[in-house]
Amino acid sequence: MNTTTDAPVATPATLAAAGTTSAAPAIRIEGLGKRFGAAGPVVLEDINLTIEPGEFVCLLGASGCGKSTLLNIIAGLEHPTTGTVTVTSGSAAVMFQESALFPWLTAGRNVELALKLRGVPRARRRTQALELLDLVNLADAAHKRPHELSGGMRQRVALARSLAQDRKVLLMDEPFAALDAITRDLLHEELERIWRETGRTIVFVTHNVREAARLGQRVLLMTSRPGRIVNEWRIDDTGPRRIESPEVSRLAIEITDQLREEIRRNAV
Amino acid sequence: MPSDTNTATSYATASTSTAHDELRRLESGLDALQTVPLTERGAFRRTLDGVLPPVLLLLALVVAWQFYTVIADPRPDLYPGPLDVAASIAELWGDGRLQQAVTTSLSRGGAGFLIAVAIGTPLGLLLAEWRLLRRALGPLLSGLQVLPSVAWVPAAIIWFGLTDATVYFVVLMGAVPSIANGLVSGIDQVPPQLRRVGTVLGASRSQLATLVILPAALPGYLSGLKQGWAFSWRSLMAAEIIAMGGSIGFGLGSMLQQSRELADLPAVLATILIILAVGILVELVVFAPVERRLLRRRGLNPGVHR
Repeated sequence: MNTTTDAPVATPATLAAAGTTSAAPAIRIEGLGKRFGAAGPVVLEDINLTIEPGEFVCLLGASGCGKSTLLNIIAGLEHPTTGTVTVTSGSAAVMFQESALFPWLTAGRNVELALKLRGVPRARRRTQALELLDLVNLADAAHKRPHELSGGMRQRVALARSLAQDRKVLLMDEPFAALDAITRDLLHEELERIWRETGRTIVFVTHNVREAARLGQRVLLMTSRPGRIVNEWRIDDTGPRRIESPEVSRLAIEITDQLREEIRRNAV
Repeated sequence: MPSDTNTATSYATASTSTAHDELRRLESGLDALQTVPLTERGAFRRTLDGVLPPVLLLLALVVAWQFYTVIADPRPDLYPGPLDVAASIAELWGDGRLQQAVTTSLSRGGAGFLIAVAIGTPLGLLLAEWRLLRRALGPLLSGLQVLPSVAWVPAAIIWFGLTDATVYFVVLMGAVPSIANGLVSGIDQVPPQLRRVGTVLGASRSQLATLVILPAALPGYLSGLKQGWAFSWRSLMAAEIIAMGGSIGFGLGSMLQQSRELADLPAVLATILIILAVGILVELVVFAPVERRLLRRRGLNPGVHR
């Protein structure tokens, strides 16, 4: 991994890596490759990645770089062609761009269904669902159906539902891409708070550079055709940041420059 | 130093907790701005809106018809007026034929429909989940849906004679394909994302079917059931008109045919109106409330105004 950055907010990967504990990583990916069909295009090539427990990693790349495919492989929804993926805690919770709430169930029941499929006894589901909804500040909306909620509220219910799975690893596939900027900004704050409170390992896929620079402890840049991780930035965690802050902007500019460079290479 | 760190930490906790409160208030504010309360009209108003226009139109048509008979004064045996038809209905009611025919037809139609549901539902499930069967049987089933089930009446009479079996056979041939196809298309239209979520949440195969796919397919299934009922009713009438006598009871179709043989046009028109009315009534009483409830819960109801 060629870590070339020396931006003020980003420290070289080697330094930060030296500081990590020797505990088993949350996710370990080795030599992963993926192609669709025997003669299909190579989507992912030689992905090697170790994610520590409790880390917030942003996977950044242009559309079609295979970042969602990588996430689906980690989630177990797709299988790699070569290489191995190990999720130490067994399986992961996933949240998608569309909330994909079940439209025939209320917000509360949507969360309860996740608890039910996890094997939580019926008697405890209701209170637990309410607690989870309260975590995303939606306890009052438990009786509402998805179509009565705004897009941001639906995503928060989806977040509560994925927290109901109680997995150590949470995979998020562009969860805020369809939201307006104001709502997205709030959800960044919400997600960061929940991450700090619950200590979950989060892998967050996005094509939004600022979003990645705002949220991630580590930002991985992927290139397209074939999808590879070309660079990574580690960001010192000095508490909550704001998307408008100069540090985030500076990092976003640096990442964008390299992203554009990578895209230019595809020009004929 | 330690005391310094302590104050710093407690300060940080205090500030994050107020920041959290502020975030919550901000979020609640945005939620309130972004959700529009649904304004739904009361049940009485909704019924009035739904019932009044068709009733008024019907009334206007009957009045126009009556005017025509009074002004143009056509041959009453060829062009009876609404009063003649009404008198005929009263007469059919008086000698009990009307009640008998409605009861016979409705019970046969209902029983045939329920049997069709019992056959069509598992068939639809099999077709939706078993790809090979679907490739083999799917086109045939769609073809059967197009084939008018009246076409089966002659064959059914030869096979089963003039018995109830003939009627039920024709009804089933009409309704089963619609119900099965309705369920198949309902399942096909389940957004793949919902299946993925079910899988991610750890649902087993059977849990995925009962907790995710079937509820998601319900609207499609219901419209299949509606169409199935329409086909049942039509097929029943066709069968009753053609197959009369034997052990086949006296239904609305038989009444229609009997009136034709007597060249009693008012009675023929009266029977047609009754067949129509029964069809509309079943739709209004059985299917419409279920459908409205189902769609409203999913936010798919065109009757709800935002």
